[in-house]
Amino acid sequence: MNAVIQYLVQGLAAGSFYALAALGLAVIFGVLGVVNFAHGAFYMLGAVAAAVLLDTLGLTLWWGLLVVPVLMFLFGVLVERLLVQWLLPLDPLYNFLLTFGLTLLLVDLVKRRYGVSGLPYELPDLLQGRIDLLGVVLPRYQMFVFLFSLTVCLVVWLLMTRTRIGMIVRASTEKPELARALGINVSRWVTPVFGFGVALAGLAGVLAAPFRAITADMGNNFIIILFAVVVIGGLGSIVGAVVAGFLVGLVEAFGQAYAPTFSQILIFVLMAVVVLVRPAGLFGREDAA
Amino acid sequence: MSKNIAAGVAALASGALVLSACGGGGPSASEGEFTDDKIVLAVLNDQSGVYKDLSGPNSVVAVEMAVADFQEKYGDDAVVDEIEVTSADHQNEPDIANTKAQELYDREGADVILDVPTSSAALAVATQAKAAEKLFLNIGAATTELTGASCNKYTFHWAYDTYMLANGTGKAVTENGGENWQLIYPDYAFGQDMEKQFTAAVDEAGGSVQGSIATPFPNDNFATFLTKAASSDPDVIGTMQAGGDLINVVKQFNEAGLRERGIELAVGLMFITDIHSLGVEQFAGTTFTDAWYWNMDDETREFADRFLEETDTRPSFAHAGNYSAALQYLEAVQATGTDDADAVVEEFEGKKIDDVFLRNGEIRAEDHRVIHDAYLAKVKDPEDVTEEWDYEEIVTTIPAAEAFQPVEESGCTM
Repeated sequence: MNAVIQYLVQGLAAGSFYALAALGLAVIFGVLGVVNFAHGAFYMLGAVAAAVLLDTLGLTLWWGLLVVPVLMFLFGVLVERLLVQWLLPLDPLYNFLLTFGLTLLLVDLVKRRYGVSGLPYELPDLLQGRIDLLGVVLPRYQMFVFLFSLTVCLVVWLLMTRTRIGMIVRASTEKPELARALGINVSRWVTPVFGFGVALAGLAGVLAAPFRAITADMGNNFIIILFAVVVIGGLGSIVGAVVAGFLVGLVEAFGQAYAPTFSQILIFVLMAVVVLVRPAGLFGREDAA
Repeated sequence: MSKNIAAGVAALASGALVLSACGGGGPSASEGEFTDDKIVLAVLNDQSGVYKDLSGPNSVVAVEMAVADFQEKYGDDAVVDEIEVTSADHQNEPDIANTKAQELYDREGADVILDVPTSSAALAVATQAKAAEKLFLNIGAATTELTGASCNKYTFHWAYDTYMLANGTGKAVTENGGENWQLIYPDYAFGQDMEKQFTAAVDEAGGSVQGSIATPFPNDNFATFLTKAASSDPDVIGTMQAGGDLINVVKQFNEAGLRERGIELAVGLMFITDIHSLGVEQFAGTTFTDAWYWNMDDETREFADRFLEETDTRPSFAHAGNYSAALQYLEAVQATGTDDADAVVEEFEGKKIDDVFLRNGEIRAEDHRVIHDAYLAKVKDPEDVTEEWDYEEIVTTIPAAEAFQPVEESGCTM
């Protein structure tokens, strides 16, 4: 029973990264129609930035969680203004290819600068160690990751439902034709929304830095699972991205615990099943594709 | 119009055929002659992926250092004036390694291929070496199959293998009180080989392996696997992951606080670059078997200082191994006066060597396993580290005869 609770927490912690990053991916797809292949690279950049800030400026995790998403937001804005915006009127495939190329570029640049063996990163003292919760020993940091990302998702949810920009994003994501027909000017929000999505990916990266190897390749596998997450949750749905993120984290953890040989394919089996039963994803809208 | 094109193509094709027949690879030299009047040393390894730091482009530098040393030693008496060093990236993929090896042997006239980490890639190159009848000195890969079931006349295994690692670490840790083991290994050739070897070594030393968990490769989340392994309360968790995967395992092992629970961590394969990237604190106290350490004595230190000047890093055992293999190849060529592969093989077989990398070294004739002293190492505590890269404490030296698999057990028939 102890082990099961530990698997549960591990799954929710791993799911937190997926949920945050998938949220960013879903928002970018919803408003821009861009399938952002570079999301994994942005996640990696977030982790690298956190490590570099710690190494050069001594900024601990607390600072990293604040500073890195802001930096990633600005970087996202740059990418959108310089590259993505030109291909928006075209078939989404073009931006997909663009972001794929961007990934290769970013990964290689990081490799050149920092090598492949990874960067060190230390947890602040408060988050180190374990706590004993009703007899089950749980790492402090995993609990923190889960609670923190849940909070962020909640804040984003509030933004989506209580603010004007939130309503515009939701409208554009879930009912784009109707939004445009009602005269909502989606295009002026395109750049900040892209930046916001990238910031979320970077935030996931910062959270991952203490207990994942910070290597240039860390985003490569991540993006593939992220796509599965977004497909399971539903390409047009924000709630779906978050729920599917945590769900996939749990499937991964329990899969590894009870069927280790199949653990990697279980997520894709789940994706296949969801697509067969509900092609639009668990929460997706019918016309998403 | 099309008839002319067809004729032109046919002419070009036959011209190309004639040219390639003349230029050709393969050992054509005899009695002191060299193909194309030069020697080509080719380094084939991972230049851009997970194994880039432990070997990669810096191994090419190490080989160039060997060439420079050889030329300085013999000067005008060197049997060949032109020595070329080339390299290629196999990206740890056996099919790419296969193609690149062919290209290197046939198109670039390579006389010897060096390095090739990743066991599956190494086995592919060994087949190419046999087909081309040219030398392959493997430094980077671990599988004992290179000197076992897949051995051949032109393949030599220079630096280490899974038996050396398992026997060193498995035996030593078990004898030191680590009786009950859980193994976590990556589910591919290397990991499976290590799991078998470690199980055998632990059993022989009187311990027992309670369970083995196969993980996907590559993988970045080992938390669940570690929880599972720890649930049976073993004395030691042995991890066979390497490179980026190992860093994930160690990070997550520390995060789960398993050492405080009394579970030790033994690492199957580790390079000094792993310790450097994660930091000494995370690895402190970890035991592993190393093929070579840069700070062992004055000779290794001198080499490491030169290497530091060229590359800004200290050498891993792979870098030193590449240097040694290249140098010894050139020495063999100097001794035989030819780059003919068969002559060099004959020179190599049974040769005893002592250089900066090989201590009490010998190239076994029966299976082409290069045996040498190995070292049981412990990662220092941060307080004991005196300079950057000074991470290892050599606990004991494992003599060459003990360190490697006995010849009778190798399973090699050449």
